[in-house]
Amino acid sequence: MSLTNEYIKQRLSEKFGDQIPGYEEPAGMLTFEAPKEMNLKVLNFLYDETDLQFRFLTDICAVHYPGQTGRELAVVYHLHNLEKNVRIRFKVFTGIEQPDVYTATGLFSSANWMERETYDFFGVNFVGHPNLKRILNVDEMDYFPLRKEYPLEDQTRTDKDDDMFGR
Amino acid sequence: MEVTPTHTGDPFPGEIHHTPGGGILVSKMDQVINWARSNSLWPLVFGTSCCAIEMMSAASAKYDWSRFGFEVARATPRQADVIIIAGTIVNKMAPVLKRLYDQMADPKYVVAMGACATSGGPFFYNTYSVVKGADHVIPVDVYIAGCPPRPEALIHALITLQEKIKSGMTREQIKMEKPENSF
Ligand code: SF4
Repeated sequence: MSLTNEYIKQRLSEKFGDQIPGYEEPAGMLTFEAPKEMNLKVLNFLYDETDLQFRFLTDICAVHYPGQTGRELAVVYHLHNLEKNVRIRFKVFTGIEQPDVYTATGLFSSANWMERETYDFFGVNFVGHPNLKRILNVDEMDYFPLRKEYPLEDQTRTDKDDDMFGR
Repeated sequence: MEVTPTHTGDPFPGEIHHTPGGGILVSKMDQVINWARSNSLWPLVFGTSCCAIEMMSAASAKYDWSRFGFEVARATPRQADVIIIAGTIVNKMAPVLKRLYDQMADPKYVVAMGACATSGGPFFYNTYSVVKGADHVIPVDVYIAGCPPRPEALIHALITLQEKIKSGMTREQIKMEKPENSF
């Protein structure tokens, strides 16, 4: 039996019902979100069930949506079933004031560095992570550079000719 | 096809006096040492981003920098003479670069390859992590323009470095002779 998006959807809604508000399929990849308190439940379910077996964590990253009050930060998990070669995307949203999300390091060892990177660039606080400190940037850095909080360009510059760049 | 070599290398420094059964060479020790040094520059294997691809290309068969004496790329700074900064230097890398430079034995030379190592290049504006020029960290002998520079440009820079070495005292020699000039 092949592992189709419809089947995964059906299994998830049997288990979690309305807690998963909706499903999308951008470019054919099943994408859904859950409340952030449930991220480990969902990941565990996807990992353990013999017919799902999403046991490879491809990536963890974050996205900053400055306009969505109360759910500014999205943490995105990419999961892969290596046997059936199926990939899915799973998101949880958190407020930027208290960006606490449970760590996935208990389930995937590879989550360790990925969560450190996500913390480094977006400041997501992974609760329970064994060593949550900066990984790519210098330790003295006191901001999270990939948050959309910084002006992209000093608009007052006059020493720069941008004609060739279409700006 | 007839090939006329234009750059045939500088002759050995000194004068040869022919005598029966051989000859006598009159030269200056400093010049001979600089000649020897310039023809056997061992580069350190150090590439931090895209420019390193061009450096590898300069080392491999098509461009083959061993024709000029650079073939012995060393993976340890203790055996290297020249560090080619091939790529972006970020704040976190800067102490490592300084340490590698400090671990190299004198005389040592530095080539800043590409826009990043020269000035921060494409990352000059609005950066949160890039050092705006490797010369903020260690002194540079030769700069190469380009993003990335072609392998020819790298070989040209290394030949420029050779000429620089041959033409006079090294930074270390100046330091030894006039300690008040050291930086
Ligand atoms: S100068 Fe250009 S090619 Fe070289 S490291 Fe920088 S961005 Fe890459």
